[in-house]
Amino acid sequence: MDAYLAAIAIIALIYMLLSLGLTLQYGLTGLINFGHVGFFAIGAYTSALLSLQGLPLALTIPAAAVTAGLAAWPIGLISLRLRDDYFAIVTLGFSETVRLVITSEKWLTNGVQGIPGIPRLFETISVGIGAQLAVMGVILAVTLVAIYAMRRIVASPFGRVIEAIRDNEEALQALGKDPAGFKIQVLILGSALAGIAGAFYAHYITYIVPDQFIPLVTFYVWMAIIIGGVGRVSGAIVGTGLLMLFLEGSRFLRDIVPGVSEVEMASLRIGVVGLLLVLFTIYRPQGLMGDFTKR
Amino acid sequence: MSLQVTNISKAFGGFKALSGVSLEVPMGALVGLIGPNGAGKSTLFSVISGFMPPDEGAIGFDGRSLDGLNPAGRARTGLVRTFQVPREFAHLTVRENMMAAAPGQTGESLVGLFFRPGKVREEEERLAEAVSEVIRFLRLERVADEPAGKLSGGQKKLVELGRALLVEPRLILLDEPFAGVNPVLIGEIMERIRELNGRGIGFLVIEHDLEALTRLAPQLYVMDQGRILTMGAPDAVLADARVREAYLGGAV
Ligand SMILES: Nc1ncnc2c1ncn2[C@@H]1O[C@H](COP(=O)(O)OP(=O)(O)OP(=O)(O)O)[C@@H](O)[C@H]1O
Ligand SMILES: [Mg+2]
Repeated sequence: MDAYLAAIAIIALIYMLLSLGLTLQYGLTGLINFGHVGFFAIGAYTSALLSLQGLPLALTIPAAAVTAGLAAWPIGLISLRLRDDYFAIVTLGFSETVRLVITSEKWLTNGVQGIPGIPRLFETISVGIGAQLAVMGVILAVTLVAIYAMRRIVASPFGRVIEAIRDNEEALQALGKDPAGFKIQVLILGSALAGIAGAFYAHYITYIVPDQFIPLVTFYVWMAIIIGGVGRVSGAIVGTGLLMLFLEGSRFLRDIVPGVSEVEMASLRIGVVGLLLVLFTIYRPQGLMGDFTKR
Repeated sequence: MSLQVTNISKAFGGFKALSGVSLEVPMGALVGLIGPNGAGKSTLFSVISGFMPPDEGAIGFDGRSLDGLNPAGRARTGLVRTFQVPREFAHLTVRENMMAAAPGQTGESLVGLFFRPGKVREEEERLAEAVSEVIRFLRLERVADEPAGKLSGGQKKLVELGRALLVEPRLILLDEPFAGVNPVLIGEIMERIRELNGRGIGFLVIEHDLEALTRLAPQLYVMDQGRILTMGAPDAVLADARVREAYLGGAV
């Protein structure tokens, strides 16, 4: 495997973790989280900063999951009081607030200059393609564990309840179950996954700036799960694959079509994302792998 | 010991949907609630079950006040309502709809789910059996593994009833359980309701099918324009001139 493919695979796995988190939150529980990238950013900065203090990545990556998960807790409390659409706006506002904070708190985050020189995974033991494969292996292992856990959840009584929340919250209350605790757990878990993804991202790219954490990242993840099929673990996997194909394909396109600047290409990508979302919503709302209905 | 509804009032803007409604359902009783469209029957159910706060009045169940409890808390006391317009979990199968209703499942906590898989499996097996029984009871075998969203209106009503049965109810508030259900099945469900009632489960039943309801419930309350008009045995109630006026338009 050459370095280019390994690089794509690593980014794909990172997006996969994000997609799995959103599948848990939206696909299974119906929580419209438009601020996913905020938790991704919290994870990235947490692990980057701690590792630069000399802590081992084996500690800083779990710490990223914890801080991102903890950040979701107050958001979860808010979600209990808001209608779905307002909650969506609150989460979007949250992720933009996170970006503003990391932009302005220069003493901690170095502001727009960002944080360079973030340690890589396995930095000390190997270099070159071997190191990259090792990194990929670790992220793959974590992703597989996440997929396994998600599948367990889907097949469990917990999964049944969160899907019931998605389908009809009041009916669930009428049966004696409070949605609140479930929603908070789901938000925390999904955000912790985003936090881990952020940590892997930081240690892979080794340089993070606030501009990497714009809402577009959130909407890429939404695109992935909508194309793949919301509410299904397989949908998140397939959708992420297609998303990567799209992102990398558009990069190729720019290389072979002369006269298209990176700025133009970026705008074009956003346009295509929007178009695909509209087309899928109209013509194949269940996504490629099928919708909420598992059977 | 009973469901005790005392002097409940509820207005939507300037419109008084409920004005000073009081009623009582003794534990284990089978009581009907009738009244013309818009009388306020479903609104009363929403207030009793905690989905709508009343402007005035109090709800007690089994000797304890429900006023501080949210809908889920009220259901956990054994007071379970169904909805007039079915609220099925559309993407879950009929079986899963019912399984989701059962209380106290270890697998509903993440800790239980990941660290006590044996216990979860055992509970699931036992629950699946209980659910199969309810499914047979309601004649839903053929659609047991279909997504509930795809069922007919009548079948969805049966799912509502089935879910309520799995909550370990002591009093079920049924909002038009026979609407859209075929007559043969209505007869059977009435039989089941009597059977469940014989086991000590109480029912307060809203129903427009008076013929069915009068055979089922030995006692009826009649509502009109947000008030209780009268109550008593079906024959006496239906003979009441005010009831004929309000509800039957003098046609009977
Ligand atoms: N959420 C609401 N907001 C405003 N008005 C409402 C609301 N819910 C009910 N109403 C009004 O209150 C009145 C009573 O409604 P309700 O649904 O309780 O009647 P009902 O007796 O159940 O009638 P039906 O037999 O047709 O089901 C109606 O006039 C209805 O329009
Ligand atoms: Mg009604």
